[in-house]
Amino acid sequence: MNIAVRDTDTVAPPAGLRFEGAPFFLPEAKSAPLPAPAAREAAAPSGAAFTFKGVRKAFGPKTVLHGLDLHVPAGQFVAVIGKSGCGKSTLLRLLTGLDAPTAGTLEIASTERRADITRVMFQEPRLLPWARVAANVAVGLSHMRDRREKHAAALSLLAQVGLSDRAGEWPAVLSGGQRQRVALARALASRPRILALDEPLGALDALTRIEMQMLLERIWLKQGFTAVLVTHDVAEAVALADRVVLIEDGAIALDVEVPLPRPRRRGSPELARLEGIILEQLLGAPA
Amino acid sequence: MSAPLRRTVEGGAGWVLPVLLLVGWEAAARLGEIPPTILPAPSDVAAALWKLTVSGDIFKHIGVSAWRALVGFAIGGAIGFALGLANGISGISRAASDTTLQMVRNIPHLALIPLVILWFGIDEEAKLFLVALGVFFPIYINTLHGIRTVDPQLIEMGRIYGMSRLELFARVILPGALPSIFVGLRYALGIMWLTLIVAETISASSGLGYMAMQAREFLLIDVVVLSILIYALLGKLADSAARLLERAFLTWHPAFQPQ
Ligand SMILES: Nc1ncnc2c1ncn2[C@@H]1O[C@H](COP(=O)(O)OP(=O)(O)O)[C@@H](O)[C@H]1O
Ligand SMILES: [Mg+2]
Repeated sequence: MNIAVRDTDTVAPPAGLRFEGAPFFLPEAKSAPLPAPAAREAAAPSGAAFTFKGVRKAFGPKTVLHGLDLHVPAGQFVAVIGKSGCGKSTLLRLLTGLDAPTAGTLEIASTERRADITRVMFQEPRLLPWARVAANVAVGLSHMRDRREKHAAALSLLAQVGLSDRAGEWPAVLSGGQRQRVALARALASRPRILALDEPLGALDALTRIEMQMLLERIWLKQGFTAVLVTHDVAEAVALADRVVLIEDGAIALDVEVPLPRPRRRGSPELARLEGIILEQLLGAPA
Repeated sequence: MSAPLRRTVEGGAGWVLPVLLLVGWEAAARLGEIPPTILPAPSDVAAALWKLTVSGDIFKHIGVSAWRALVGFAIGGAIGFALGLANGISGISRAASDTTLQMVRNIPHLALIPLVILWFGIDEEAKLFLVALGVFFPIYINTLHGIRTVDPQLIEMGRIYGMSRLELFARVILPGALPSIFVGLRYALGIMWLTLIVAETISASSGLGYMAMQAREFLLIDVVVLSILIYALLGKLADSAARLLERAFLTWHPAFQPQ
């Protein structure tokens, strides 16, 4: 797969777009022929599309999101960036149903219950310290009844994230990166169609971060879920995402495609150029 | 020095001083430095232990005291635990009872002894009531605190992953509160013996405290010292049992991880 994945069945381009001059913005990309999600992995349920329409979210007198519009097609990898406190986590909490919008609608293109098809990963791994690693992964397997079946499934999920040999350990003895991988395995356990990631790599050291980014990309390519990654690291956003969205003043201030082929080479001039453009917009934007 | 050897030596070092003290005590008593009316020699205490063991009296008294301790603990601990759980989980229950309980907590339970004697006489109920009351508060407070301080992020995680309320309680809330509950348990065990000693000393017709008071009347100081030592031993035993339980239940806790 050489191009950024976008589904053909999508509706209008994202509203609030104001980045006409960007060299990487390709409005025509939407009509490009695409691999069907099925090409990624036969049995996998594909990602689900979702749309925020005029979503407002206020906490008491404080409005965090002012009528936010965002459409994300099935299977897309979106990165959400923005200054601290701008409402990125709020966006994910609305998406995963942890909070309800004050006004506006949020549609998810699926008939299944939202709680069953969305999963979220936080900056903290949120593992149960009193459960072994495999049992922590099994928390995500609530749809399975049989204990042995559950354990076997947990082991295979751990293998996916490269931790099969740590199944019997307590979370306390793992490193930060390993704990996040366990959390990822748990989040993937129920085969979510939308995976929300709230700065999951924010607390990791640089090398572990890059390792985790590659793992994440590999699993996303294989499973085809829709990924929404909140990050404060623009380099991470352009390295992983099909599309980078900047939230500012409670709305989308910038929406840019990243049409670079995968696997992307970290430190390549194209990535650096795109990163520079986004950073310029981010820092130069009027406060 | 190899690690196991060093550990043995270090462990042994802790015993040097008590042994020296004991030997010094025995010597001083034998040489008449300590009058026997003040403190008997350790060997006399051992002899008293032997005599009471042969007559079987000591087992009777220890049995009675242990029974009071355990029953009182079970009653007070169970009520404290149940109320701690209820008030930790339910805001309504907390609003209804916590303020009252916190107010009652300010009354030292031993200050109730005259009242308790008026209510129950010197029967078993009096001692059970005092022990139960003394044990209740540490268990209640620490269970409540443990539940209230479970990481809310973990609770949210449990909800996200579709845990039912019962599952959430059994898999997240209770295990999260357990370290604090154990703190309460160990504290309560200390209070349990303390309360019993006081209650038995003031009013009883059996038990270790009674044995000590009887011995005092007949100036059997060796038996008095013996009963004090037995109290200490029972207290230590209860604490060790609690530690053992703690180790078994909190193996996951970083404090119990092998380094
Ligand atoms: N439950 C809440 N109650 C009140 N204010 C909140 C709540 N959650 C978030 N906020 C506020 O909303 C704003 C956006 O928060 P958040 O979405 O967490 O920002 P970030 O972009 O850093 O993830 C912040 O100013 C925060 O204080
Ligand atoms: Mg945040």
